[in-house]
Amino acid sequence: MSGSLRSTAPWRVLDGFGSSRRAVSRCVTPRSLEELAALLKQAHQERLHVSFRGNGRSYGDASLNQGGLAIDNRGMARVLSFDPGTGVIEAQPGATIEDIWRTGLPHGYWPHVVPGTMHPTLGGCVAMNIHGKNCFKVGPFGDHVSELDLMTPDGGLRTLTREHEGELFRATIAGLGLLGAVTRVKLQLKKIESGRLRVRPIRTRTLGEMFDCFVERMPNADYLVGWLDCFATGAALGRGLVHQADYVSAAEDPQGVSHLDPARQGLPPSVMGVPRSLVWRFMKPFTNDLGMRLVNDIKYRLPETFESSGTFLEGHVAFAFLLDYVPNWRNAYGDAGFIQYQLFLPDATARKGMAEALALCQKRGVISYLGVFKRHRPDEYLLSHGLDGWSLALDFAVPSQPQRLWDLCRELTALVLDAGGTFYPAKDQIVDAASFAQAFGPRLERFLELKQSLDPEGLFSSDLARRLGLAPATPGR
Amino acid sequence: MSLRFQHAIVVGASSGIGAEIARQLAADGASVAIVGRRVTELEAVAAGIRSAGKGKVLVAPHDVTQYDSAPPLFEKLVADLGGLDLVVYAAGNIFVPAESEYDFAKDRAMIEVQVIGAMAWTHLAAAHFEAQRSGTIVGLSSIAGERGRRTMPGYTTAKAALSAWLEALRNRVSRYGVNVVTVKLGFVDTIMTAKLTKKPMMISAQKAADSILATARRGGSPSAFIPGQWGLVGMIIRSIPSAIFRRLDL
Repeated sequence: MSGSLRSTAPWRVLDGFGSSRRAVSRCVTPRSLEELAALLKQAHQERLHVSFRGNGRSYGDASLNQGGLAIDNRGMARVLSFDPGTGVIEAQPGATIEDIWRTGLPHGYWPHVVPGTMHPTLGGCVAMNIHGKNCFKVGPFGDHVSELDLMTPDGGLRTLTREHEGELFRATIAGLGLLGAVTRVKLQLKKIESGRLRVRPIRTRTLGEMFDCFVERMPNADYLVGWLDCFATGAALGRGLVHQADYVSAAEDPQGVSHLDPARQGLPPSVMGVPRSLVWRFMKPFTNDLGMRLVNDIKYRLPETFESSGTFLEGHVAFAFLLDYVPNWRNAYGDAGFIQYQLFLPDATARKGMAEALALCQKRGVISYLGVFKRHRPDEYLLSHGLDGWSLALDFAVPSQPQRLWDLCRELTALVLDAGGTFYPAKDQIVDAASFAQAFGPRLERFLELKQSLDPEGLFSSDLARRLGLAPATPGR
Repeated sequence: MSLRFQHAIVVGASSGIGAEIARQLAADGASVAIVGRRVTELEAVAAGIRSAGKGKVLVAPHDVTQYDSAPPLFEKLVADLGGLDLVVYAAGNIFVPAESEYDFAKDRAMIEVQVIGAMAWTHLAAAHFEAQRSGTIVGLSSIAGERGRRTMPGYTTAKAALSAWLEALRNRVSRYGVNVVTVKLGFVDTIMTAKLTKKPMMISAQKAADSILATARRGGSPSAFIPGQWGLVGMIIRSIPSAIFRRLDL
């Protein structure tokens, strides 16, 4: 690029996935390691803060960088290699989960960990250490990464593994893109025999039943995810559905082998007769308290039809990527958007804490339109949200008078801290620096020491980093 | 709806309509950054505002054809003002060639000041306001932009382009709550029009500024002739067939 970045870089209005946070950034898309290194060097000279962005699937401000330089990693999005013998894949940071499964599936491989959408980039998955519906069993995304390349502010590349520069490896995963640019990710995929999973829906009448259902089924399940009707009160508080899914062998599902063809993994082209791309418009009239109360109630009652047969076979894509069923569904929330507040609570306090959280939302009259429940396990990454406990993700529409929502979120944050829980920056846009420091304690201090040694002038930053006290509050350092 | 402007940038505020808009905004209590090439004149406008003792004023010397310096200056002004809800682009220049005179440099200067400079500043404003989901952009165009005219070819081209740019910007960001206002002025009594000979329906800079701000405050992304009578003139001028228009000395 000729001229200074400050003066001539193009601008973009970037938003978080929840559409409730926006920032104006200079935005550039390097196509090679050389271009990336040159950009870092120039940004450093011009004292511009650098952030990274892929497909913008973090809900809040993780990929926003007001006034700074947002580096779009999608210019470096190639799958570099794949070994069908071992299931090891190497890719650039802009490659998406979709690119990975499409490469692996024809050879009988599926990513160990996928989020609820196939659009996040590997750079984002590493930076956030995302988790899936099988976190209780296989851990988070980072547990399946064997090697990373990290570009530091001087443009130098460091190859990180658990054995070589292990601490930096464990800090880069879940490191929010604040230690450098991840330029290559080596990932181990899982061998599967069928393109389908056996899925069993289970209705749970209370929150306690949902916990019990998970505890009972975890030893034998491959995936478990709970959905909660957050409108249900009293004895029905926390009622919902659990979906268990298990890998099946070729012997159990002889036709499943043909489902390894990506062409047979599509999402349905229409939902109840409406083309998928238009569905969000039909959702919009229901995206309010009354409509969502109705939708949640119907969703709770509907699956009885499944229970008579017990289980059904479903493609990996259809089971994994629920968020992709309805393109642009976030538009249904209108221009003010929505936020997600995901509570992570330790096993010992989760039952009590989640019941309190659901009751608190109802007491404040701010009710989540979607509640998603998962079991997690601890991991080794410095800033990871992972813990021996449970999570409950709550989606709230941002109302025209949002103050009561922000007040509720502050109460939820206090609840998480009291319960000894953690926060997940991929979702969060609420937590303040003091609360984050309280939750992460010495792990945060160590992270900041590593950042200081690797990036002493604080080149890498973001709106999220500044909010959480991980980078200086004002751009320009 | 009546918008109240509290943090404004006026580009081209060293004299004429821009200076008057800055004065009126400050008199209404706004903090105003005045941007212009001529430092002495800017300082005089600022001194006048300060002596009136109302809103805050920031002086920002800047040549609008130095496009690369617009982004850092814009960011600095937004920070110094403590926010932004209005950007007025009032920078203008005029060159009327003599019969049989062809001066590319002077025509180019009008495009640079009135079109490219406007694009540089309103790009920044539009991005800022899109993210903010509110804000007003005012561009000073002219009745002259309604047709290409033989007496002022470069000027009419610049104003036509500016009007088209503002319309495009309006269509781009009005859905995000941004108010993009095109004002198409007739003759206004300023140093820019001093050398023109025929100046029908001329109004003062004060009156022009007052009408421009009133139009902007109403919201709704209007494109308006000021004064309104020029709307009728515009309609007539647009409807004259080319075969006739080319014979007129307009």
